[in-house]
Amino acid sequence: MINPLPNTHTQVVYQRPKSLTTAVTHYCPGCTHGVSQRLVAEVLDEMGLREKAIGVASVGCSVFAYNYFDVDFVEAAHGRAPAMATGIKRVFPDRTVFTYQGDGDLASIGMAEVMHAAARGENITIIFINNAIYGMTGGQMAPTTLPGMKTTSSPLGRDIEMTGMPIRMAELLSKMDGSSFVVRRSLHDATNIRKAKKAIRTAFEVQQQGLGFSLVELLSTCPTNWDLTPNEALSFVEEKMIPYFELGDYKVADAVKALKL
Amino acid sequence: MAKELLKGNNAIAEAAIRAGVEAYFGYPITPQTELLEHMAARMPALGRTFVQAESEVAAINMVYGAACTGKRVMTTSSSPGVSLMMEGLSYIAGTEVPMVLVNVMRGGPGLGNIAPSQADYHQMVHGGGHGDYHPIVLAPASVQEAIDITVLAFDLAEKYRTIAVVLADGSIGQMMEPAELPPMAELKKHLPHWAVTGEPGRARRLLTSIYLNPDDEEVTNMRLLNRWMSIRENEVRWKEYFLEDAEYVVVGFGTAGRVALSAVRAARAEGIKVGLFRPITLSPFPEAQLKEIAAVSEGMLVVEMNAGQMLDDVKLATEGLLPVEFYGRLGGVVPFPDEILGEIKRLAAGPIPNQNGHARQRWLERLALIKERD
Amino acid sequence: MPAKGWIEVNELHCKGCELCVQACPQEVMSLDKTRLTPKGYHPVQLHAEGCTGCAICAVVCPEAALTVYRQIESRPVAAAA
Repeated sequence: MINPLPNTHTQVVYQRPKSLTTAVTHYCPGCTHGVSQRLVAEVLDEMGLREKAIGVASVGCSVFAYNYFDVDFVEAAHGRAPAMATGIKRVFPDRTVFTYQGDGDLASIGMAEVMHAAARGENITIIFINNAIYGMTGGQMAPTTLPGMKTTSSPLGRDIEMTGMPIRMAELLSKMDGSSFVVRRSLHDATNIRKAKKAIRTAFEVQQQGLGFSLVELLSTCPTNWDLTPNEALSFVEEKMIPYFELGDYKVADAVKALKL
Repeated sequence: MAKELLKGNNAIAEAAIRAGVEAYFGYPITPQTELLEHMAARMPALGRTFVQAESEVAAINMVYGAACTGKRVMTTSSSPGVSLMMEGLSYIAGTEVPMVLVNVMRGGPGLGNIAPSQADYHQMVHGGGHGDYHPIVLAPASVQEAIDITVLAFDLAEKYRTIAVVLADGSIGQMMEPAELPPMAELKKHLPHWAVTGEPGRARRLLTSIYLNPDDEEVTNMRLLNRWMSIRENEVRWKEYFLEDAEYVVVGFGTAGRVALSAVRAARAEGIKVGLFRPITLSPFPEAQLKEIAAVSEGMLVVEMNAGQMLDDVKLATEGLLPVEFYGRLGGVVPFPDEILGEIKRLAAGPIPNQNGHARQRWLERLALIKERD
Repeated sequence: MPAKGWIEVNELHCKGCELCVQACPQEVMSLDKTRLTPKGYHPVQLHAEGCTGCAICAVVCPEAALTVYRQIESRPVAAAA
């Protein structure tokens, strides 16, 4: 664009990160999966990790993450991304290895893999998208679905007498001695998105410093399967999800605090 | 290298190390646990990767990740554990990355027992995981052969970007025999062109088993199949004993083949012209060789430690050219040479009674009598 | 005088989700209902003066579809003595 005024110059305030490919995502309009991926890409750019990172995509709406990041990628079986990441990290300890997993993948079918990766203090970073639903298969109840929330497999609303309460993964993982950095953030407004990015940055720094297991849980939206507009979905996160999935730093090991990030 | 007295499981583990395995992921299960223990003792000392995973599911997916880096990787387990690995094996097959799996089979189904068995033949040879794929399956009948096959398995897996399975049983895993280990090979210096390594200065690489467009998945399946055709063409392996003038042929693999060899020797001592055909590659199966032999023999006896799983493949390969009889023991029972000798004599005595039924049905009736007698 | 800013919309990526429309503190963004992107969405646009180049729209954009510019007053190269 041509500079319209004399004695001024143009500053690029924001541009698409290089760690994203030019591919158009398959996400529904307004889905904050895209925000979290963009944040990861921005952090990879800023830390100069694009060419030494290896990503592990999971199963669910996150399955095509490998198409969107311009870094080496593999695609794991459902829930097994932390195991696959372990295999890669152990033979290439100097690479930055991260998984990108949703709540069905990580908190249901992949519970064992993520808990044990944390238990081992595996030096990997996990970006965990919690949108309280199975998005890719069309909106079934997830282990994170809120009580009373209607899904296609809980059509009358989640009955906690039958299905129990949602699983709070950040809290759970924070209890593992092997985890170094476990926090929950939200993507429902610009302020929280900035905080989420800072957490993602810290998580990758933790890995860079060899401090062990890091996970950032991100409260995310699913407008389509929640049957809300994108902006209504943001309000749902703020008003309904955050009261149950409280934001916060659940585990920040002393060594991580010492980084003074 | 001089011969040493080696236990099968340790020998396989050490052979893998000397073949240059750089990462091992496993989970304890009898009767293969010594393999894991050997790796636990040796791999970290060599600066290589050893992880005791939380399950066989995790172990195979760790292998999957490490295999994507192009390095030599393996896991080992026994029947119930291998069942848990089927998901990962299918993904690995679909992603076309090489790996070696050792299955030291035990009695089943279910939790079964820890005695030697060959009941995973179908699962290993004819797939197991979902989708259309063929692993290479190699069956050793001695500790020495287990060593040699393990080294070969890594080479074949890499050559064809495929899964190579060493299909042993509890007997091979637990027995001690004098055997010679290979010298320590150098680790691979160059990783393949497809390896996901996070290397700067090149276009990004992606390894996946997902092809959402059916046309692309069909092309992938065709690529897998063409590779398999090439394997069938070039990698069939077997061993023959006393076949030159044999009228009757015993077919058996692994431990069953080994026991059968004793029976064949005993039968020869009694003047029966019988030989042994022992497939080493169960997949690719030595079909053409068996058909050739079938054309010039009077009858065949398939001996297995299962209910006649390879029997089906032998019957397919021999195309009805001769009578094929079967003898098996089940659930972890290892046949004695005397039992097989009796079966050879029955075959050599002339026309088999009740030819209308299936060989498996006839055998099951005989086995019921044996169990009654015991 | 507030900073003057503007955006460029990558219409291949924009899906007209309106998250930026709601987030814009200046309320100068809206969907262009007269046009469609190649994917069939109404793209976002600046419909009035007042963009400051704060980039909040880009921060909330799930598709990284926005590039944000700001006009900066150039400092005089050599100040008078």
